[in-house]
Amino acid sequence: MSPELTQYLLSGITIGAIYALVALGFSIIFNASHVINFAQGEFVMIGGMASAAFFDAGLPLPVAIVLSIGVATLVGLLLEKLAVEPARDASVITLIIITIGASILLRGLATLVWDKKIHRLPAFSGEAPIVIGSTAGGATLLPQVLWVLGVSAAAVALLTWFFRRTLTGKAILAVSHNRLAARLMGISVRRVLAVSFGLSAALGALAGALIAPISFTAWDVGVMLGLKGFAAAILGGLGSSAGAVLGGLALGLIESLGAGYLSSAYKDVFAFLIIIAALVFLPNGLLGRRAAERV
Amino acid sequence: MFLRTLVAAAMALALSPLAEAQPIRIGAFLSVTGPAAFLGDPEQKTLELYVEKLNAAGGVLGRKLELVAYDSAGDAEKARGYVKRLIEQDKVDVLVGGSTTGETMAAVPLAEAAGMPFISLAGAVVIIEPVKKWVFKTPHTDRMACEKVFADMRARGATKAALISGAGGFDRSMRAECLKVAGAQGVQIVADETYGAGDTDMTAQLAKIKGTPGVQAVLNAGFGQGPAIVTKNYRQLGIGVPLYQSHGVASKQYVSLAGDAAEGVRLPAAALLVAETLPDADPQKKVVTGYKRDYESRFKQEVSTFGGHAYDGLMLAVEAMKRAGSADKAKVRDALEATRGYMGTAGVVNMSAQDHMGLDLTAFRMLEVRKGDWTLVK
Repeated sequence: MSPELTQYLLSGITIGAIYALVALGFSIIFNASHVINFAQGEFVMIGGMASAAFFDAGLPLPVAIVLSIGVATLVGLLLEKLAVEPARDASVITLIIITIGASILLRGLATLVWDKKIHRLPAFSGEAPIVIGSTAGGATLLPQVLWVLGVSAAAVALLTWFFRRTLTGKAILAVSHNRLAARLMGISVRRVLAVSFGLSAALGALAGALIAPISFTAWDVGVMLGLKGFAAAILGGLGSSAGAVLGGLALGLIESLGAGYLSSAYKDVFAFLIIIAALVFLPNGLLGRRAAERV
Repeated sequence: MFLRTLVAAAMALALSPLAEAQPIRIGAFLSVTGPAAFLGDPEQKTLELYVEKLNAAGGVLGRKLELVAYDSAGDAEKARGYVKRLIEQDKVDVLVGGSTTGETMAAVPLAEAAGMPFISLAGAVVIIEPVKKWVFKTPHTDRMACEKVFADMRARGATKAALISGAGGFDRSMRAECLKVAGAQGVQIVADETYGAGDTDMTAQLAKIKGTPGVQAVLNAGFGQGPAIVTKNYRQLGIGVPLYQSHGVASKQYVSLAGDAAEGVRLPAAALLVAETLPDADPQKKVVTGYKRDYESRFKQEVSTFGGHAYDGLMLAVEAMKRAGSADKAKVRDALEATRGYMGTAGVVNMSAQDHMGLDLTAFRMLEVRKGDWTLVK
């Protein structure tokens, strides 16, 4: 393998791991409500910005990250309580539009609470890159990427366990399949929605804190991260945790190989072309549930 | 004797409350919020600070200055609306503003039609090329930045360069200008890569540049977090040839974001960034240290070159009014065009009928990051 190809693959994994982590957050809320939460990118932004702010205030890094996850979870719960719950009988499209509005509000608030500057967070285990191959022509990977990959894998395992083995997780899936039936069985739809928003906000914030050492963080990073994460979730199959990770990595690899071998100016075009193709031929994504339509 | 009293009385009358009641109105439209807030915010603060200072010193031509400022939020359509209001309702005497090229170009037709002297604070060459009768600008152009960088590359013996740029308006404009002037500067562009807005990692593009044979230097055109990520990725890949950044990241923020990776990076910038380290004999030292002191003591934040552009814009207008002896629009325009030897934060300004910016390459200093701070390259 040429050193360039190795580097393109490692670059793709770096980008893809970030998309995967963001995409995971989309699947939780989608599972609970069939709503695409377009404020998911803002949860990621809050995680990064709050971590940076707490860290700059002198707190140790792990404490700063835990606190930022707490802040984001609170924001997620408030968003559900104040914006989504009052409109819970509205159509899915209305709820999606509400999340778009919320994302704009959260971005604005972030510029007021923090500032409009770009912030950095130190890497968890040093900045020295891991060199693969000979030092002269070798390809490199940042240790932080391994953190992102590891946390993504752990998140997939935990989410799978949560949805399959716990009562709350099963309740979320039940509400997603048939809200009325779930309610008749005594499941509180309100509680399920609150849990799913809180959980995806927490996961988004964790993603934000993990990504910040690689790509910095600012009040507006949520827009593009949310969009790419959404694309990854669609590619992998909405609602599937493993699919989100697979979709993210695939998107990252397509982008970096496209930039390397074709043209960096059009790398996003390739990525979105492949997503459109995937949607046409695999409408449920790579690992999505095959919807069983009742006739 | 009688005549003398009459003249004195007339002069007193001219400076009396009647004149005081008619302040000179400076119209500003700046991106104080939104994506270009890092431009508009220091610009607005600078205008407020110096209008206040000039008024405290007695105003201009015996009249007070009044700042009428709107936040166009980086939006060309909003800028057009506000400029219309500034011209028609607020009846300002001069326009200073347009933090971005888009906002400026939206205002140009209005200023031209109304015959309103207009000093833009945005970068691109299109603002002054072709020359527009009523439009002037204070910042350096991206073409000058390219020329300065290529000249420095040549001085270090590099003739084959790679270009990497972002997707923003600034990035694309500078990329186009660099491609245009590279040949004339004796530099061949052998690789031309781009990255998207919000991209999180540029190692793929840089690996491609690393694998391109013959690259002797790399220039990154862009601002925001992109160049900081490029700098970190550049060191991650261990690319050995010199890295140049553009004047778009000429702020301490870039150095603190990129950290150790920024060591040895060179970029062209205004003298303001290295105000204290300029030699005392430098004719620009007094202006830049003065502005830096005023701004930093008032707002408790670091000066940026962008605020400096607003300082130059206001001072050019004020100087022109003083020389014209009035705030009459046509006279102020003619006086602006006749500006010679004005020393501003951007450099020495010599306007002419062909050149409505008036800066030359000496306005840019080549800086190198050493030990986390800027140093002047001799």
